[in-house]
Amino acid sequence: MSEALPDLNTIWFVLVGVLLTGYAMLDGFDLGVGQLHLLARGDQERRIMLNAIGPVWDGNEVWLVTGGGALFAAFPEAYATVFSGFYLPFVLLLVALIFRAVAIEFRSKQPMRWWRSMWDWSFFAGSTCSALLIGVAMGNIVWGIPLDGRGEFSGSFLDLLHPYALVLGVTTVALFMMHGAIYVLMKTEGALHDRARGWVNPCIIFFIICYATTTMATLIYVPHMTERVREQPLFFLVALANMLAIANIPREIHRGEDFRAFLSSCAAMVALMGLFGLGMFPNLVRSAPHPANSLDIYGAASSQKTLGIMLAIAAIGVPIVLAYSASIYWIFRGKVKLDAMSY
Amino acid sequence: MNVELLSRAQFAFTASFHYLYPPLSIGLGVLLVIIEGAWLRTRDPVYHQMARYWTRIFALTFAMGVATGIVMEFEFGTNWATYSRFVGDVFGSALAAEGIFAFFLESGFLAVLLFGWEKVTPRWHFFSTCMVCLGAHFSAIWIVVANSWQQTPAGFHIVEQAGRSRAEITDFWAMVFNPSSMDRLSHVLCGAWQAGAFLAISVSAWYLLRGRHEAFARASMRVALVVALGASVLQVATGHSSAVGVAKNQPAKLAAFEGHYETSADAPVYLFGWVDESAERVVWGPRLEGALSWLAHGRRDAEVKGLRDFAPTDRPPVNLPFQAFHAMVGIGVLLLGVAVGGVALLPGDRLFRNRPVLWVMVVAVLGPQVANQAGWWAAEVGRQPWIVYGLLRTSEGLSRSVRAEAVVASLVLFTAVYALLFAVFVYLLNDKIQKGPHAEDLVPAGKLALPGRGGRE
Ligand code: HDD
Ligand code: HEM
Ligand code: HEM
Repeated sequence: MSEALPDLNTIWFVLVGVLLTGYAMLDGFDLGVGQLHLLARGDQERRIMLNAIGPVWDGNEVWLVTGGGALFAAFPEAYATVFSGFYLPFVLLLVALIFRAVAIEFRSKQPMRWWRSMWDWSFFAGSTCSALLIGVAMGNIVWGIPLDGRGEFSGSFLDLLHPYALVLGVTTVALFMMHGAIYVLMKTEGALHDRARGWVNPCIIFFIICYATTTMATLIYVPHMTERVREQPLFFLVALANMLAIANIPREIHRGEDFRAFLSSCAAMVALMGLFGLGMFPNLVRSAPHPANSLDIYGAASSQKTLGIMLAIAAIGVPIVLAYSASIYWIFRGKVKLDAMSY
Repeated sequence: MNVELLSRAQFAFTASFHYLYPPLSIGLGVLLVIIEGAWLRTRDPVYHQMARYWTRIFALTFAMGVATGIVMEFEFGTNWATYSRFVGDVFGSALAAEGIFAFFLESGFLAVLLFGWEKVTPRWHFFSTCMVCLGAHFSAIWIVVANSWQQTPAGFHIVEQAGRSRAEITDFWAMVFNPSSMDRLSHVLCGAWQAGAFLAISVSAWYLLRGRHEAFARASMRVALVVALGASVLQVATGHSSAVGVAKNQPAKLAAFEGHYETSADAPVYLFGWVDESAERVVWGPRLEGALSWLAHGRRDAEVKGLRDFAPTDRPPVNLPFQAFHAMVGIGVLLLGVAVGGVALLPGDRLFRNRPVLWVMVVAVLGPQVANQAGWWAAEVGRQPWIVYGLLRTSEGLSRSVRAEAVVASLVLFTAVYALLFAVFVYLLNDKIQKGPHAEDLVPAGKLALPGRGGRE
């Protein structure tokens, strides 16, 4: 391949990846905060946890909605196969996301203890299950799923609970938990902040163990994910960047540079998704055991015309979205303070 | 039970549940813009209190809308995979536009609307409120455009590829402005404005009857009644032009709306009735001869196609769309009556002392909700047996890899979860209404308390 410009299919492969990476980076910390929520003591602290993500979690979830929409639009075959193939896990993911969303909204609306602890648990369970299921879905995509000659999923629910997929699920939980813990550090002060500092190191260690396990498992059992890096050693830089970014997290935490630790954690996610993309390309859904049935970015795509129209829509819309999203994060910068409108 | 019936039931249930909330958010969004605008102009503290109060209600409906909306997006893929393959190329642009232009806008500025009262200047806050309202309208636009395309497809051609066919866009704007999209969009938006306005009317009427929060209730009532009147008048007009469009583009659906089996001139409209589908006639009900011909084609002697002109396999169910359509139209007329009556009683504040009318208004909140649901049921069931009108049958749109047991499981799960959510929503809404507006909201705090129009940095 020697064309100067990538084709529309490749561009959309990258853009869908960008949307999903944005989702991981942003909603990742919301889900992480949810996973840690029960560790906060007392009502006041839990409210601070909620309000740390209060103004932004909904916008963050939209990255998933738009990523899903973009997949539907750009690669309908892949969208249809994955969503119908992962029927039950996705239904569970929906239920988990619903509980997460309404728990945030409902928890502080009534003072009763049972009420608050009910929604505290929903927030925790919804967030944890969401992270786990997202990771399991990713794990299946990496490993490959059984597809028939028409590109339809031909396995069963139990096929999806594959050990590799479960390991990736736990790794995702660990990644988001670490990301969320760092976010809590940035947004809190006082006693909660001090306690959160105690959460971060165990989270980092947990993540690094999971990360090492996943990496080993991938190298040994899923060789196709590393083919492209072997072919083009320049891509090894992505893997290197990934490791450096992860290594930098404990360093920044140790120096008390919470924001930089957060940025490192984001960078690690970008690099991880980069590796994922490099490993998959040009496939969207890998068929295992019959690789010939895989769906790739050409066979599964919408027409060139639609991809072009969507690119125009994205070119107009995305800069605007980024601009106001940034200003909203700016408005809500700094430590959380509770007021009359808080959750 | 087969996968088709189960999937249809699940989609109908989850869509109907989703559609309880967006109309409220869209309608309350409009009210919030008006109220906050009035506050900026007049600086009357009652408007500030109203803005805060209705924002709290808005937050509640919005959260429910968001939580149930994602389900809908996933279901296209989980339950209707073949349909998704067929329409992906066409819907794609509309759904992508919805995400980028609508949901990001809405959720981003919502943060400022809800939590930014003390962080930004009044003008900024007002701007954010406008953006949230605009975003909510955008989401209606793109999703209704997509739905209208499947009612009246345009701007595409069918491509055969690897043994499957799918629709591909040939003309983006013809897709967007397909024959029914503008009629249906305006009709849906009016329905949403009615939903928001009648909620505010109902709550205000309740306070007036109880003698609580008088100043607040009067001011809310005035704003909401004006919106309700405008929306209700437009609603009848847009409903009529929708009906004319249905007569032209989906004659089988129109015939189902009126239980019209035999093609004839002088076709009647029933005020209400019951359709015996096996005997193929309307068994009873008062009727206006010629009214359907006149409404659909402008002339009493125009011929209206009957259901017998369609092969039995191409006919929609009849009684359900008939009942839903009549319920919607009937409620539309009643709501118009309530709005006109309310506005007529405003001069001299006679409305605020008229208890029977206030009681009607308390109940009227159900009207738009029922009519909105009935409208979608009429439109969607009347489209059957087609999932994409004339191109793809509902039975062909299913996911091939999904088994009935899986759909049973998800249907049970969604039913349980939604029942819980609905109970909590009603409980919280009622609680907010009982507690009423906060007295301390009469005194703006934070940056909003700064003097002058734009405030200072
Ligand atoms: C863009 C697409 C789209 C949009 C905006 C809507 N629907 Fe729909 N609807 C469908 C796409 C669709 C569908 C996927 O095409 C279904 C599934 C089965 C079918 O025939 O059409 C459907 C079926 C369907 C049915 C069952 C009809 C039957 O099977 O007999 C009902 C009652 C509704 N919908 C109700 C709604 C409501 C209350 C909506 C408002 C939120 C709504 N729909 C918006
Ligand atoms: C099957 C069709 C539909 C799908 C797939 C769908 C999808 C969605 C999704 C994914 C969300 C959540 C967005 C977020 O996370 O912020 C949402 C919310 C919303 N939807 Fe829908 N929707 C559908 C039907 C409709 C219709 C018919 C309307 C209006 C006429 C509508 C109006 C809204 C609005 C205004 C919101 C924002 C939340 C709220 O205000 O309640 N939707 N929808
Ligand atoms: C008063 C007279 C009314 C008339 C003549 C009327 C007419 C119609 C018609 C013909 C349709 C079917 C359009 C289609 O299938 O393409 C429709 C659908 C609908 N109606 Fe009405 N309607 C009226 C009142 C109302 C009211 C009061 C509401 C709600 C407050 C409402 C909400 C809806 C909704 C949500 C739909 C489904 C979306 C659509 O297809 O546009 N309608 N209406």
